[in-house]
Amino acid sequence: MQLTRRQSRRSRADVRALDRPQRPRHGWKKTTWIWIFLLPTVVLYGVYTIYPIIASYWYSLVEWNGFDADQQFVGLSNYREVFADPLFWNSFKVTFLFMLLVVPARVLLTLLVAMVLNSPKLPLIGVLRSAFFIPVVTTTAIIGVVMRFILDPSTGPINSLLIKLGGGGVDFLGDQHLALPTAAVLYIWKFFGVTMIYWLAALQTIPYELYEAARIDGAGTWQLFRHITVPMLKPFLIIITVLTIEETFHNFDLMYTLTAGGPYFHTEIIEIYIYRWAFAAPIPQLGHASAAAVVFGLLVAIVGAVQLWGVYAGRRLRGEQR
Amino acid sequence: MTAQLTAVRTDRQRRLLRRLPWWIAALFLVGIAVLWIFPFLWMLSASLKDNMEMFTGGLRLWPDKFVWDNYARAWNDAHFGRYLINTVVVTVVTVVIVTIRCATAGYVLARYRFRGSKIFLGVLVATLFVPTGYTIIPVVKVSMQLHLIDSLSGMILALSGGAYVSAILLYYGYFRQIPKELEEAAVVDGAGFVRTFFSVMLPLAMPVTATVAVLTFITTWNAFFLPLVFTFSRPDLRTVSVGMQAFVGETATDWSGMAAAGVISIVPVVVLFIVLQRYFVEGISGAVKS
Repeated sequence: MQLTRRQSRRSRADVRALDRPQRPRHGWKKTTWIWIFLLPTVVLYGVYTIYPIIASYWYSLVEWNGFDADQQFVGLSNYREVFADPLFWNSFKVTFLFMLLVVPARVLLTLLVAMVLNSPKLPLIGVLRSAFFIPVVTTTAIIGVVMRFILDPSTGPINSLLIKLGGGGVDFLGDQHLALPTAAVLYIWKFFGVTMIYWLAALQTIPYELYEAARIDGAGTWQLFRHITVPMLKPFLIIITVLTIEETFHNFDLMYTLTAGGPYFHTEIIEIYIYRWAFAAPIPQLGHASAAAVVFGLLVAIVGAVQLWGVYAGRRLRGEQR
Repeated sequence: MTAQLTAVRTDRQRRLLRRLPWWIAALFLVGIAVLWIFPFLWMLSASLKDNMEMFTGGLRLWPDKFVWDNYARAWNDAHFGRYLINTVVVTVVTVVIVTIRCATAGYVLARYRFRGSKIFLGVLVATLFVPTGYTIIPVVKVSMQLHLIDSLSGMILALSGGAYVSAILLYYGYFRQIPKELEEAAVVDGAGFVRTFFSVMLPLAMPVTATVAVLTFITTWNAFFLPLVFTFSRPDLRTVSVGMQAFVGETATDWSGMAAAGVISIVPVVVLFIVLQRYFVEGISGAVKS
């Protein structure tokens, strides 16, 4: 079978030499089709992703309000202004503080729930998984608006319950110390399911026989966790942590609808800072906003580079275990 | 005879008894799950209460009197009928464009090596996590120059031009592992480049297509930043997520109407998720596996 296939392959070698991946030469017809297939991606992704990434650098060097055609080249002065703006550093701080609040909870709590929801003896497992996952698929901006009502200090249902229990009305989103932690809790709740699915996928790579064999050898639940689950999951921990960190950068929807950066900029993440300068100001300052965006982009890129390294390290860890 | 019966019964009882701790755990988890989705249940109930009861009712879920009028107000007065149509149009067209472009790109990148293919893949991976906040200003500027701002088609193009790198990589990984022989058989049968793709490869990739379509559907339906910026001067083009934000600003008193609007906006995605959750979960766990 193998032999005949190889023979027939060789006999048609001259015809098919074209599409061997190792040989980069195709007929012009095939090359044309290849580029036609790539065309939609080249155009759309080029115009709406690649070009903006590059153009941001140019915009960050000009003074421009977005309405007039004239853009005045001002060199690095936008960057100087951005770096001199305490509110920019504030948004920087808020973004990282938010990340610190959110990432450990998302990574470790979800692991616990995923381990429970991975046990084959648990009844209703499908329903439970779906329930924990439902917040993920719902529209973040709508959640933000509805949560603002649920957490309202005077009329919201949570506070009316607290008042009935003898507590005072807590202004979850209006208090400068509570707003960010409240947003963090909501964010964890909203995206809990994503990390949970990551962990479930990771847990399913551990063969069940491994546990059975260990149990026959007399290992207890803690030992199973300590000596099988933890080492098998270690490479995934890196990937999942970095994926989760990257996701926390995309938080405009929830923050904007919950607090729009308030109270007094205490929840203003970098994306809202950019939005405020570019679209919400009476006279838009696109140069200033672009300079902030470039800094933000570099920040995400650095974390992304660390991520690629992390995935690489994770692969090596996994490779060594096999 | 009776002895046998009791033996059977005790056996079953024993098995039930052994499973009892699991059922208790499940019951406990169901309690947590109900709390987990409580905001949605509350929204659903609030959408059926009148505005008075919404304030006095607290956390009680069952409304005293069902007020269906909330939905009529959300649909007509708050324009959620129109917003819903906008969202459906934008989402469906975007899903079609994204799925086609990611399938064709993933296919040629996986099956052919040509000049620039490595750079192409490298650029794709490098832009895996580009946030909207970074690209938004040039995207708006380009759309203004192309006269596509303030239009649904402009919004659709901008949304389908987002990176969607993971979708391309899903197709890439899938087409990569299809054996060479299949393609050869198609060529022997006289199929050209295009026929091979559409009648052999694409049907094979059905599970990936389903995953990509579902993920893109949910991303686009829930998109907020781009639709917000694209509809500043055209409120009639708002999608549901932007409409919801505007609702609070414009009619701050109609909270039960707001809840009804929220239900109208969220139900389609939740239904889609429940029906097609297998593909959704597969798409997300693909990020970890690859």
